[in-house]
Amino acid sequence: MTAIGMPAVRIDRTRVVPWLQEYGVYIGVAALLVFNVAFTPHFLSLENFRTQAVQVTPVLILSLGMALVIATGGIDLSVGSVMALAAAMISLYLGYGPVVAVLVALVAGAAAGAVNGALVAFAGVQAIVATLAMMIGGRGLSLVLLPQLDGIRNPGIRELGAGDVFGVPYLVWISAALVAVVVFVVRRTLFGRRIVAIGGNRRAGELSGLPVRRTLLAVYTVCGLFAAVAGVLATARLQASDPNSIGQLIELSAITAVVVGGTPLQGGRVRIAGTVAGAVLMQLLVSTLIKHDLPPSWTQIAQTAVIIAAVYVARERGRR
Amino acid sequence: MKSTAAIGTGLAGGPGGSGGGPAFGSGRGGGSAAEFVQRHGALVVLAAVLAAAALTIDGFFSLGNLNHIAVGAAFPAIIALGMTFVIVTGGIDLSVGTVFALAGVLAAWASQYGSLAALALPLAACALIGALNGVLIAKARLAPFIVTLATMLGAWGLMLAVSDEGTETYVVPDGLAVTPMVQDRFLGVGYPVLLVVVLFAIGGVALRRTGWGQSVYAVGGNEDAAALMGVPVARTKITAYTLSGLLAGLAGALNAVWLGSGVTIFGIGIELDAISAVVIGGTLLAGGYGFVSGSLVGVLLLNVIQNIINGIGGLSSAFQQVVSGSFLIVVVLAQNYLSRRRERV
Repeated sequence: MTAIGMPAVRIDRTRVVPWLQEYGVYIGVAALLVFNVAFTPHFLSLENFRTQAVQVTPVLILSLGMALVIATGGIDLSVGSVMALAAAMISLYLGYGPVVAVLVALVAGAAAGAVNGALVAFAGVQAIVATLAMMIGGRGLSLVLLPQLDGIRNPGIRELGAGDVFGVPYLVWISAALVAVVVFVVRRTLFGRRIVAIGGNRRAGELSGLPVRRTLLAVYTVCGLFAAVAGVLATARLQASDPNSIGQLIELSAITAVVVGGTPLQGGRVRIAGTVAGAVLMQLLVSTLIKHDLPPSWTQIAQTAVIIAAVYVARERGRR
Repeated sequence: MKSTAAIGTGLAGGPGGSGGGPAFGSGRGGGSAAEFVQRHGALVVLAAVLAAAALTIDGFFSLGNLNHIAVGAAFPAIIALGMTFVIVTGGIDLSVGTVFALAGVLAAWASQYGSLAALALPLAACALIGALNGVLIAKARLAPFIVTLATMLGAWGLMLAVSDEGTETYVVPDGLAVTPMVQDRFLGVGYPVLLVVVLFAIGGVALRRTGWGQSVYAVGGNEDAAALMGVPVARTKITAYTLSGLLAGLAGALNAVWLGSGVTIFGIGIELDAISAVVIGGTLLAGGYGFVSGSLVGVLLLNVIQNIINGIGGLSSAFQQVVSGSFLIVVVLAQNYLSRRRERV
């Protein structure tokens, strides 16, 4: 996992840039933590850490799926719309009970992901185009299904959003479990190796007999499924289905988390721990700015600057 | 600039190879059926949709309704023109929607200082954002979608900062000199529509008949080859993104004057409409092949469909997005199929 094989361009850069790419995200998280401990009142409370952990859940889960997609050299812009689709499904099928509603939402998300995957893998459409169309159409479809915000009073869904086990909210357990699953898949399974191999060189993967298309289809399906999980959890926490505003611009946070975490946009490499840290970094950044009374406008401008800086630092790796 | 013209015809094949940008159609005579569909497919569909609507919906072909469609299409069309340039270079500009919104708020705010300020401030600000996109993409070599996605957020933040976190709606004062030039009609046609015709004429000439246009095709066709042949790749890209920002700003400013206020929620998602329109119009998202007239047809097609959806009772306007997304996929699939066929020939 070290930066072996980076050709020397300039002495400084060859050392600093890979190091920043590798560990910059942890330094960022640490710096924000130190800053908050020093300057933010009541930061070091259990309640605050709980809030942060709950708030990071949607972006974290999205960025896990996104990391897999980006590792194959693709991108998924539709995750926010898939969240909206899942939210709409919950509201529509709640009449059959919370379990059925959640299952339908997850199936809908996986189906949307499978459509993306089929377009990318079998029809040869660029990932950005296929998922852009899903981003437009998915949001539209969820608004057609559920035109406005719909409050959810179901106790099961409420419990999912607000309940906890051993003092840790369900949401955090679920995201931790998903992180563990993805780490296992990436590190220990053939599927994980195939993802990285396809991202590294798709043609070589095809020639050496990897099931490239099937793997791509599976990766996009998983990304859609994870987006649906994020949508279900966000809906449960909000206790309302809001297809209009849920997941707006969240794809940007998810992509940034992945890129900041050291997974290059060109694919061929994936870092789940970095991705988790990246999601935490984005969450801490926003909450720090908000806690210090910066208005939303400046929060967004600061996010813009961080994203561009992160992508700029990460870019070097792709050019060998 | 003769050398770049030669590159343009030679390299701008895009995935199709034979479907060269500038040389297409004019030099090659009729061309095959596949080329015809790629080039005029959107126009045929538009004609069919118009004919079907005229036969089934009462009052669709009234002058009032047609003018309504034309004016509604005018501002998206201006954005789509800039998007066409960017997409032909092989990039994408996702920031135009919030740039459009920012321009509207800036124009409404600046209109208290007169017409000139109401146009100059948003145009300057939006051209700057476009130039920033261009520099980050061309010089720093970052991926276009992530840069413009980030500036989409940044422009939105700026808009919130200007409008007191979105709570303030600035009103364009009555009697502003520029207002009648946007709202009035000339021979029954709204001025914005005339402006669109003029802008597309200029855009078409710039893309087809100037050295810059040839460079745009060359960069989109094969960037490395274009750079090796001496095409100013970075400058071409920066100009394309600056123009895209500028045109989105113009559309937003005019829209604010048209509405009489700087509405803060306007423009979300408009970039997706613009991209759909450009792609439906036959421009390849891979870059290197496209034409502005197709984008105009694409915008018109989407607006006619929107008009029909609004005309049919009981369908929400969100349905438009579903149609738009499905359309995009169908067109891209058709384009893929067509360019594969061309490759085989």
